Amino acid sequence: MIRLENIAWSAGQFKLENLSLTVPKNCYAVLMGKTGSGKTSLVEILCGLRLLTAGKVWIGEDDVTYALPGERGIGYVPQDGALFPTMTVREQLAFAPRLQKRPLKEIEALVKRLADELGIAGLLDRLPQKLSGGERQRVALGRALAAKPKVLLLDEPLSALDEEMRDEVAQLLKRVRREHGLTALHITHSKQEALQLADVVFRLENGQVSETTLDSLN
Amino acid sequence: MAASPNRISGFWASLVMVTSLYLFFLLAMLVATASYSTPGDLWKTLNSPEIRYSIGLSLATCTTTALLSLLVAVPIGYLLSRANFRGKELVDSLIDIPIVLPPMVMGLCLLIFFQSPLGRFLEQGITFTYTVAGVVLAQFVIGSAFAIRTMRGTFDHLSARPEEVAMTLGCTRGQAVWLVTLPAARRGMFAAASVAWARSLGEFGPILVFAGATRMKTEVLPTTVWLELSVGNLEASVAVSILMVLMALVVLVAIRLAGERV
Repeated sequence: MIRLENIAWSAGQFKLENLSLTVPKNCYAVLMGKTGSGKTSLVEILCGLRLLTAGKVWIGEDDVTYALPGERGIGYVPQDGALFPTMTVREQLAFAPRLQKRPLKEIEALVKRLADELGIAGLLDRLPQKLSGGERQRVALGRALAAKPKVLLLDEPLSALDEEMRDEVAQLLKRVRREHGLTALHITHSKQEALQLADVVFRLENGQVSETTLDSLN
Repeated sequence: MAASPNRISGFWASLVMVTSLYLFFLLAMLVATASYSTPGDLWKTLNSPEIRYSIGLSLATCTTTALLSLLVAVPIGYLLSRANFRGKELVDSLIDIPIVLPPMVMGLCLLIFFQSPLGRFLEQGITFTYTVAGVVLAQFVIGSAFAIRTMRGTFDHLSARPEEVAMTLGCTRGQAVWLVTLPAARRGMFAAASVAWARSLGEFGPILVFAGATRMKTEVLPTTVWLELSVGNLEASVAVSILMVLMALVVLVAIRLAGERV
Protein backbone atom coordinates (compact mmCIF):
# COMPACT_ATOMS: atom_id res chain seq x y z
CA MET A 1 0.00 0.00 0.00
CA ILE A 2 1.08 3.58 -0.69
CA ARG A 3 -0.56 6.38 1.27
CA LEU A 4 -0.02 10.11 1.29
CA GLU A 5 -1.94 11.93 4.03
CA ASN A 6 -2.59 15.65 3.66
CA ILE A 7 0.90 16.36 2.48
CA ALA A 8 2.26 19.82 1.71
CA TRP A 9 5.37 20.65 -0.27
CA SER A 10 6.54 23.70 -2.16
CA ALA A 11 9.40 24.75 -4.40
CA GLY A 12 9.42 28.43 -5.38
CA GLN A 13 5.98 29.29 -6.75
CA PHE A 14 4.94 25.65 -7.10
CA LYS A 15 2.91 24.13 -4.25
CA LEU A 16 1.23 20.87 -3.36
CA GLU A 17 -1.14 21.44 -0.45
CA ASN A 18 -3.30 19.10 1.61
CA LEU A 19 -2.84 16.33 -0.97
CA SER A 20 -3.92 12.78 -0.17
CA LEU A 21 -3.61 9.57 -2.16
CA THR A 22 -4.05 5.87 -1.36
CA VAL A 23 -2.94 3.05 -3.62
CA PRO A 24 -4.26 -0.30 -2.28
CA LYS A 25 -1.90 -3.26 -1.78
CA ASN A 26 -1.02 -5.26 -4.92
CA CYS A 27 -2.63 -2.63 -7.11
CA TYR A 28 -1.16 -1.12 -10.30
CA ALA A 29 -2.05 2.55 -10.06
CA VAL A 30 -1.45 5.06 -12.81
CA LEU A 31 -1.12 8.74 -11.97
CA MET A 32 -1.83 11.09 -14.86
CA GLY A 33 -1.40 14.80 -15.14
CA LYS A 34 -0.16 17.52 -17.43
CA THR A 35 3.50 18.45 -17.72
CA GLY A 36 4.40 20.61 -14.72
CA SER A 37 1.47 19.38 -12.61
CA GLY A 38 3.86 17.94 -10.00
CA LYS A 39 3.79 14.22 -10.87
CA THR A 40 7.56 13.79 -10.65
CA SER A 41 7.69 15.84 -7.42
CA LEU A 42 5.08 13.50 -5.95
CA VAL A 43 7.22 10.47 -6.77
CA GLU A 44 10.30 12.20 -5.34
CA ILE A 45 8.34 12.88 -2.13
CA LEU A 46 7.46 9.18 -1.93
CA CYS A 47 11.13 8.35 -2.50
CA GLY A 48 12.17 10.66 0.32
CA LEU A 49 14.15 12.88 -2.02
CA ARG A 50 12.02 15.97 -1.23
CA LEU A 51 11.20 17.03 2.30
CA LEU A 52 7.57 17.62 3.22
CA THR A 53 6.40 20.66 5.11
CA ALA A 54 3.33 18.80 6.39
CA GLY A 55 1.55 15.45 6.20
CA LYS A 56 2.53 11.81 6.38
CA VAL A 57 3.80 9.19 3.96
CA TRP A 58 3.03 5.50 4.43
CA ILE A 59 4.60 2.59 2.56
CA GLY A 60 2.89 -0.67 3.50
CA GLU A 61 2.17 -0.48 7.22
CA ASP A 62 5.13 1.81 7.94
CA ASP A 63 5.09 5.55 8.47
CA VAL A 64 8.13 6.56 6.38
CA THR A 65 7.63 10.32 6.53
CA TYR A 66 11.03 10.86 8.11
CA ALA A 67 12.74 7.70 6.82
CA LEU A 68 15.77 7.95 4.53
CA PRO A 69 15.18 7.02 0.87
CA GLY A 70 16.95 3.68 1.30
CA GLU A 71 14.87 2.73 4.33
CA ARG A 72 11.47 3.08 2.64
CA GLY A 73 11.28 -0.22 0.77
CA ILE A 74 10.76 1.39 -2.60
CA GLY A 75 11.98 0.51 -6.07
CA TYR A 76 12.37 3.67 -8.15
CA VAL A 77 12.57 3.62 -11.94
CA PRO A 78 13.01 7.14 -13.38
CA GLN A 79 12.14 8.26 -16.89
CA ASP A 80 15.49 7.61 -18.54
CA GLY A 81 16.45 4.70 -16.29
CA ALA A 82 19.20 6.80 -14.68
CA LEU A 83 21.63 3.89 -14.84
CA PHE A 84 24.98 4.30 -13.12
CA PRO A 85 27.25 5.44 -15.98
CA THR A 86 30.39 3.50 -15.05
CA MET A 87 28.82 0.19 -13.97
CA THR A 88 28.05 -2.85 -16.08
CA VAL A 89 24.55 -4.31 -16.10
CA ARG A 90 25.75 -7.02 -13.69
CA GLU A 91 27.07 -4.38 -11.26
CA GLN A 92 23.83 -2.38 -11.50
CA LEU A 93 21.76 -5.45 -10.61
CA ALA A 94 24.10 -6.37 -7.76
CA PHE A 95 24.23 -2.80 -6.40
CA ALA A 96 21.44 -2.97 -3.80
CA PRO A 97 22.13 -6.57 -2.64
CA ARG A 98 25.79 -5.61 -2.09
CA LEU A 99 24.76 -2.62 0.02
CA GLN A 100 22.51 -4.98 1.97
CA LYS A 101 25.61 -7.18 2.49
CA ARG A 102 23.93 -10.31 1.19
CA PRO A 103 26.20 -13.33 0.63
CA LEU A 104 28.06 -13.34 -2.69
CA LYS A 105 26.47 -16.58 -3.89
CA GLU A 106 23.02 -15.24 -3.15
CA ILE A 107 23.82 -12.04 -5.07
CA GLU A 108 25.07 -14.00 -8.08
CA ALA A 109 21.95 -16.17 -8.08
CA LEU A 110 19.69 -13.13 -7.76
CA VAL A 111 21.43 -11.31 -10.62
CA LYS A 112 21.09 -14.38 -12.85
CA ARG A 113 17.42 -14.89 -11.97
CA LEU A 114 16.54 -11.22 -12.59
CA ALA A 115 18.55 -11.12 -15.81
CA ASP A 116 16.70 -14.21 -17.10
CA GLU A 117 13.35 -12.87 -16.00
CA LEU A 118 13.86 -9.49 -17.67
CA GLY A 119 15.52 -10.85 -20.83
CA ILE A 120 18.86 -9.13 -20.24
CA ALA A 121 21.03 -12.19 -19.57
CA GLY A 122 23.12 -11.48 -22.65
CA LEU A 123 23.84 -7.91 -21.59
CA LEU A 124 25.37 -8.46 -18.17
CA ASP A 125 28.85 -7.23 -19.08
CA ARG A 126 27.71 -4.18 -21.03
CA LEU A 127 27.90 -0.56 -19.90
CA PRO A 128 24.75 1.63 -20.10
CA GLN A 129 26.07 3.51 -23.15
CA LYS A 130 25.87 0.27 -25.14
CA LEU A 131 22.20 -0.38 -24.33
CA SER A 132 19.05 0.57 -26.25
CA GLY A 133 16.23 2.52 -24.57
CA GLY A 134 14.21 -0.63 -23.87
CA GLU A 135 17.23 -2.46 -22.49
CA ARG A 136 18.04 0.46 -20.21
CA GLN A 137 14.54 0.39 -18.75
CA ARG A 138 14.75 -3.36 -18.19
CA VAL A 139 18.05 -2.92 -16.35
CA ALA A 140 16.61 -0.05 -14.27
CA LEU A 141 13.65 -2.25 -13.37
CA GLY A 142 15.95 -5.15 -12.47
CA ARG A 143 18.14 -2.88 -10.36
CA ALA A 144 15.06 -1.71 -8.44
CA LEU A 145 13.70 -5.26 -8.00
CA ALA A 146 17.05 -6.51 -6.68
CA ALA A 147 16.52 -4.35 -3.58
CA LYS A 148 13.36 -6.45 -2.85
CA PRO A 149 11.07 -3.41 -2.56
CA LYS A 150 7.49 -3.36 -1.29
CA VAL A 151 6.39 -0.82 -3.89
CA LEU A 152 7.49 0.19 -7.37
CA LEU A 153 7.55 3.87 -8.31
CA LEU A 154 7.76 4.29 -12.07
CA ASP A 155 8.24 7.83 -13.39
CA GLU A 156 7.26 7.85 -17.07
CA PRO A 157 9.22 4.64 -17.68
CA LEU A 158 7.92 4.22 -21.23
CA SER A 159 7.97 7.78 -22.52
CA ALA A 160 11.41 7.57 -24.15
CA LEU A 161 10.65 4.30 -25.99
CA ASP A 162 9.36 3.70 -29.50
CA GLU A 163 5.86 2.25 -29.90
CA GLU A 164 6.87 -1.39 -30.31
CA MET A 165 9.27 -1.30 -27.38
CA ARG A 166 6.71 0.57 -25.28
CA ASP A 167 4.21 -2.30 -25.65
CA GLU A 168 6.87 -4.87 -24.82
CA VAL A 169 8.09 -3.08 -21.68
CA ALA A 170 4.49 -2.35 -20.60
CA GLN A 171 3.69 -6.07 -20.72
CA LEU A 172 6.87 -6.76 -18.77
CA LEU A 173 5.94 -4.21 -16.08
CA LYS A 174 2.51 -5.77 -15.70
CA ARG A 175 3.93 -9.29 -15.42
CA VAL A 176 6.74 -8.31 -13.01
CA ARG A 177 4.33 -6.37 -10.77
CA ARG A 178 2.04 -9.40 -10.57
CA GLU A 179 4.76 -12.04 -10.10
CA HIS A 180 6.61 -10.06 -7.40
CA GLY A 181 3.37 -9.17 -5.63
CA LEU A 182 4.18 -5.45 -5.62
CA THR A 183 2.14 -2.30 -5.35
CA ALA A 184 3.01 0.03 -8.23
CA LEU A 185 2.53 3.71 -8.90
CA HIS A 186 3.18 4.55 -12.54
CA ILE A 187 3.40 8.19 -13.64
CA THR A 188 2.45 9.03 -17.20
CA HIS A 189 0.54 11.47 -19.36
CA SER A 190 -0.35 8.73 -21.85
CA LYS A 191 -3.98 7.52 -21.81
CA GLN A 192 -2.88 4.45 -23.74
CA GLU A 193 -0.47 3.42 -20.96
CA ALA A 194 -3.18 3.95 -18.37
CA LEU A 195 -5.66 1.81 -20.30
CA GLN A 196 -3.05 -0.89 -20.84
CA LEU A 197 -1.71 -1.11 -17.28
CA ALA A 198 -3.95 0.47 -14.67
CA ASP A 199 -6.09 -1.19 -12.04
CA VAL A 200 -6.85 2.28 -10.79
CA VAL A 201 -6.21 5.73 -12.33
CA PHE A 202 -5.55 8.98 -10.51
CA ARG A 203 -5.35 12.45 -11.96
CA LEU A 204 -3.17 15.23 -10.54
CA GLU A 205 -4.62 18.63 -11.28
CA ASN A 206 -4.22 22.00 -9.56
CA GLY A 207 -2.22 20.40 -6.76
CA GLN A 208 -4.92 17.82 -5.93
CA VAL A 209 -5.25 14.11 -6.72
CA SER A 210 -8.59 12.61 -7.69
CA GLU A 211 -9.49 9.06 -8.70
CA THR A 212 -10.87 8.68 -12.18
CA THR A 213 -12.38 5.76 -14.08
CA LEU A 214 -10.82 3.93 -16.98
CA ASP A 215 -14.00 4.55 -18.95
CA SER A 216 -13.53 8.29 -18.69
CA LEU A 217 -10.18 7.94 -20.48
CA ASN A 218 -11.75 6.47 -23.63
CA MET B 1 15.36 36.31 -49.33
CA ALA B 2 17.36 33.09 -49.28
CA ALA B 3 21.05 33.39 -48.49
CA SER B 4 23.25 32.63 -51.48
CA PRO B 5 25.96 29.95 -51.19
CA ASN B 6 28.58 32.69 -51.79
CA ARG B 7 27.46 34.64 -48.75
CA ILE B 8 27.76 31.53 -46.55
CA SER B 9 31.20 30.63 -47.82
CA GLY B 10 32.30 34.25 -47.34
CA PHE B 11 31.14 34.05 -43.73
CA TRP B 12 33.04 30.83 -43.08
CA ALA B 13 36.09 32.08 -44.99
CA SER B 14 36.30 35.12 -42.71
CA LEU B 15 36.17 32.88 -39.62
CA VAL B 16 38.87 30.62 -41.04
CA MET B 17 41.01 33.68 -41.82
CA VAL B 18 40.76 35.03 -38.25
CA THR B 19 41.57 31.57 -36.83
CA SER B 20 44.51 31.13 -39.20
CA LEU B 21 45.99 34.53 -38.38
CA TYR B 22 45.67 33.84 -34.67
CA LEU B 23 47.29 30.39 -34.95
CA PHE B 24 50.01 31.78 -37.22
CA PHE B 25 50.87 34.41 -34.62
CA LEU B 26 51.04 31.80 -31.83
CA LEU B 27 53.13 29.36 -33.87
CA ALA B 28 55.43 32.12 -35.18
CA MET B 29 56.24 33.09 -31.59
CA LEU B 30 56.96 29.49 -30.62
CA VAL B 31 59.04 28.76 -33.73
CA ALA B 32 61.04 31.97 -33.27
CA THR B 33 61.73 31.05 -29.63
CA ALA B 34 62.66 27.46 -30.52
CA SER B 35 65.00 28.53 -33.33
CA TYR B 36 66.83 30.91 -31.00
CA SER B 37 68.41 27.96 -29.22
CA THR B 38 70.32 24.91 -30.50
CA PRO B 39 69.81 21.37 -29.10
CA GLY B 40 73.37 21.60 -27.70
CA ASP B 41 72.63 24.82 -25.80
CA LEU B 42 69.37 23.35 -24.61
CA TRP B 43 71.09 20.20 -23.29
CA LYS B 44 73.87 22.18 -21.63
CA THR B 45 71.44 24.53 -19.92
CA LEU B 46 69.11 21.80 -18.74
CA ASN B 47 72.06 19.94 -17.24
CA SER B 48 73.13 22.73 -14.93
CA PRO B 49 72.49 21.88 -11.24
CA GLU B 50 70.44 25.06 -10.61
CA ILE B 51 68.12 24.44 -13.51
CA ARG B 52 67.79 20.74 -12.72
CA TYR B 53 66.82 21.74 -9.18
CA SER B 54 64.31 24.21 -10.57
CA ILE B 55 62.81 21.54 -12.89
CA GLY B 56 62.55 19.08 -10.00
CA LEU B 57 61.00 21.67 -7.68
CA SER B 58 58.52 22.74 -10.36
CA LEU B 59 57.43 19.15 -11.00
CA ALA B 60 57.12 18.38 -7.28
CA THR B 61 55.26 21.56 -6.32
CA CYS B 62 52.93 21.49 -9.35
CA THR B 63 51.99 17.87 -8.63
CA THR B 64 51.43 18.58 -4.93
CA THR B 65 49.35 21.64 -5.83
CA ALA B 66 47.28 19.66 -8.35
CA LEU B 67 46.45 17.01 -5.75
CA LEU B 68 45.67 19.58 -3.04
CA SER B 69 43.53 21.55 -5.51
CA LEU B 70 41.55 18.42 -6.31
CA LEU B 71 40.95 17.83 -2.59
CA VAL B 72 39.15 21.16 -2.30
CA ALA B 73 37.77 21.35 -5.85
CA VAL B 74 35.70 18.15 -5.60
CA PRO B 75 33.68 19.09 -2.50
CA ILE B 76 33.35 22.78 -3.38
CA GLY B 77 32.47 22.02 -7.03
CA TYR B 78 29.87 19.51 -5.85
CA LEU B 79 28.36 21.94 -3.34
CA LEU B 80 28.08 24.74 -5.91
CA SER B 81 26.63 22.42 -8.51
CA ARG B 82 24.11 20.46 -6.46
CA ALA B 83 23.08 22.62 -3.50
CA ASN B 84 20.90 25.70 -3.47
CA PHE B 85 21.51 27.96 -0.53
CA ARG B 86 21.27 31.60 0.46
CA GLY B 87 24.35 33.50 -0.65
CA LYS B 88 25.36 30.91 -3.25
CA GLU B 89 26.04 33.58 -5.89
CA LEU B 90 28.25 35.46 -3.46
CA VAL B 91 30.23 32.29 -2.65
CA ASP B 92 30.48 31.57 -6.37
CA SER B 93 31.89 35.06 -7.01
CA LEU B 94 34.31 34.93 -4.06
CA ILE B 95 35.78 31.68 -5.39
CA ASP B 96 36.64 33.50 -8.61
CA ILE B 97 38.71 36.13 -6.81
CA PRO B 98 42.07 34.38 -7.44
CA ILE B 99 41.17 34.12 -11.13
CA VAL B 100 40.41 37.80 -11.63
CA LEU B 101 42.94 39.34 -9.24
CA PRO B 102 46.37 40.23 -10.70
CA PRO B 103 48.71 37.36 -9.65
CA MET B 104 51.23 39.76 -8.10
CA VAL B 105 48.46 41.19 -5.87
CA MET B 106 47.62 37.64 -4.78
CA GLY B 107 51.22 37.18 -3.70
CA LEU B 108 51.15 40.45 -1.80
CA CYS B 109 47.89 39.40 -0.08
CA LEU B 110 49.56 36.15 1.00
CA LEU B 111 52.60 37.99 2.32
CA ILE B 112 50.46 40.43 4.32
CA PHE B 113 48.18 37.65 5.61
CA PHE B 114 51.17 35.82 7.09
CA GLN B 115 52.18 39.02 8.92
CA SER B 116 48.76 39.06 10.64
CA PRO B 117 48.19 37.34 14.03
CA LEU B 118 46.38 34.41 12.36
CA GLY B 119 49.10 34.04 9.76
CA ARG B 120 51.85 34.15 12.40
CA PHE B 121 49.95 31.52 14.41
CA LEU B 122 49.72 29.25 11.34
CA GLU B 123 53.43 29.68 10.69
CA GLN B 124 54.18 28.20 14.09
CA GLY B 125 53.21 24.88 12.44
CA ILE B 126 54.60 25.29 8.92
CA THR B 127 56.67 28.21 7.69
CA PHE B 128 55.30 29.41 4.36
CA THR B 129 57.00 32.75 3.74
CA TYR B 130 60.06 32.32 1.50
CA THR B 131 59.95 28.51 1.66
CA VAL B 132 58.97 25.63 -0.65
CA ALA B 133 55.68 25.34 1.28
CA GLY B 134 55.10 28.96 0.26
CA VAL B 135 55.67 28.05 -3.39
CA VAL B 136 52.97 25.37 -3.11
CA LEU B 137 50.59 27.72 -1.29
CA ALA B 138 51.06 30.49 -3.88
CA GLN B 139 50.40 27.99 -6.68
CA PHE B 140 47.46 26.46 -4.79
CA VAL B 141 45.63 29.75 -4.24
CA ILE B 142 45.33 30.27 -8.00
CA GLY B 143 45.37 26.68 -9.29
CA SER B 144 42.56 25.57 -6.97
CA ALA B 145 40.23 28.31 -8.23
CA PHE B 146 40.58 26.93 -11.77
CA ALA B 147 40.16 23.35 -10.52
CA ILE B 148 36.95 24.31 -8.69
CA ARG B 149 35.53 25.85 -11.88
CA THR B 150 36.34 22.66 -13.81
CA MET B 151 34.81 20.37 -11.16
CA ARG B 152 31.68 22.48 -10.93
CA GLY B 153 31.26 22.23 -14.70
CA THR B 154 31.79 18.48 -14.47
CA PHE B 155 29.11 18.02 -11.80
CA ASP B 156 26.74 20.36 -13.69
CA HIS B 157 26.99 18.03 -16.67
CA LEU B 158 26.33 14.90 -14.60
CA SER B 159 22.67 14.18 -13.88
CA ALA B 160 21.85 13.98 -10.18
CA ARG B 161 19.29 11.29 -10.91
CA PRO B 162 21.58 8.21 -10.70
CA GLU B 163 22.80 9.47 -7.34
CA GLU B 164 19.21 9.80 -6.13
CA VAL B 165 18.39 6.30 -7.38
CA ALA B 166 21.42 5.00 -5.47
CA MET B 167 19.99 6.62 -2.33
CA THR B 168 16.66 4.84 -2.81
CA LEU B 169 18.65 1.58 -3.08
CA GLY B 170 20.19 2.06 0.36
CA CYS B 171 23.11 4.48 -0.05
CA THR B 172 23.67 7.50 2.14
CA ARG B 173 24.32 10.71 0.16
CA GLY B 174 28.05 10.28 0.77
CA GLN B 175 28.03 6.67 -0.44
CA ALA B 176 26.03 7.64 -3.52
CA VAL B 177 28.55 10.33 -4.40
CA TRP B 178 31.49 7.98 -3.74
CA LEU B 179 30.10 4.94 -5.57
CA VAL B 180 28.17 6.56 -8.42
CA THR B 181 29.08 10.21 -9.02
CA LEU B 182 32.83 10.30 -8.49
CA PRO B 183 33.57 7.36 -10.81
CA ALA B 184 31.47 9.13 -13.45
CA ALA B 185 33.39 12.37 -12.80
CA ARG B 186 36.85 10.83 -13.15
CA ARG B 187 37.62 12.54 -16.45
CA GLY B 188 36.58 15.88 -14.99
CA MET B 189 38.79 15.21 -11.96
CA PHE B 190 41.73 14.48 -14.23
CA ALA B 191 41.01 17.65 -16.21
CA ALA B 192 40.74 19.71 -13.00
CA ALA B 193 44.05 18.37 -11.68
CA SER B 194 45.69 19.01 -15.06
CA VAL B 195 44.39 22.57 -15.22
CA ALA B 196 45.68 23.23 -11.69
CA TRP B 197 49.02 21.64 -12.61
CA ALA B 198 49.38 23.70 -15.80
CA ARG B 199 48.40 26.95 -14.06
CA SER B 200 50.91 26.23 -11.29
CA LEU B 201 53.68 25.55 -13.78
CA GLY B 202 53.31 29.06 -15.22
CA GLU B 203 52.81 30.84 -11.89
CA PHE B 204 55.39 33.55 -11.33
CA GLY B 205 54.14 36.74 -9.65
CA PRO B 206 52.76 35.33 -6.39
CA ILE B 207 55.75 32.99 -5.98
CA LEU B 208 58.22 35.82 -6.51
CA VAL B 209 56.47 38.05 -3.95
CA PHE B 210 55.58 35.41 -1.36
CA ALA B 211 58.22 32.68 -1.68
CA GLY B 212 61.07 34.65 -3.22
CA ALA B 213 63.48 33.61 -5.98
CA THR B 214 66.33 32.03 -4.06
CA ARG B 215 68.52 29.72 -6.17
CA MET B 216 68.44 26.06 -5.14
CA LYS B 217 65.70 26.87 -2.63
CA THR B 218 62.47 28.39 -3.96
CA GLU B 219 63.43 28.67 -7.62
CA VAL B 220 60.85 27.21 -10.00
CA LEU B 221 60.93 27.30 -13.82
CA PRO B 222 59.25 30.70 -14.36
CA THR B 223 61.59 32.14 -11.73
CA THR B 224 64.55 30.64 -13.63
CA VAL B 225 63.46 32.36 -16.85
CA TRP B 226 63.28 35.65 -15.00
CA LEU B 227 66.58 35.17 -13.11
CA GLU B 228 68.49 34.14 -16.27
CA LEU B 229 66.97 37.01 -18.23
CA SER B 230 67.88 39.50 -15.52
CA VAL B 231 71.59 38.55 -15.79
CA GLY B 232 71.51 38.64 -19.61
CA ASN B 233 71.70 34.85 -20.12
CA LEU B 234 69.15 34.75 -22.94
CA GLU B 235 70.16 31.21 -24.10
CA ALA B 236 69.34 29.70 -20.71
CA SER B 237 66.04 31.53 -20.36
CA VAL B 238 65.07 30.45 -23.90
CA ALA B 239 66.02 26.82 -23.14
CA VAL B 240 63.88 26.81 -19.99
CA SER B 241 61.04 28.51 -21.87
CA ILE B 242 61.14 25.78 -24.54
CA LEU B 243 61.00 23.13 -21.82
CA MET B 244 57.97 24.85 -20.28
CA VAL B 245 56.24 25.05 -23.66
CA LEU B 246 56.81 21.31 -24.13
CA MET B 247 55.47 20.54 -20.64
CA ALA B 248 52.42 22.73 -21.24
CA LEU B 249 51.79 20.95 -24.57
CA VAL B 250 51.93 17.54 -22.87
CA VAL B 251 49.37 18.69 -20.30
CA LEU B 252 47.12 20.23 -22.96
CA VAL B 253 47.17 17.03 -25.00
CA ALA B 254 46.46 14.99 -21.86
CA ILE B 255 43.46 17.19 -21.05
CA ARG B 256 42.16 16.93 -24.63
CA LEU B 257 42.59 13.15 -24.61
CA ALA B 258 40.87 12.78 -21.26
CA GLY B 259 38.24 15.23 -22.44
CA GLU B 260 35.58 16.68 -20.23
CA ARG B 261 33.02 14.22 -21.53
CA VAL B 262 31.42 12.91 -18.41
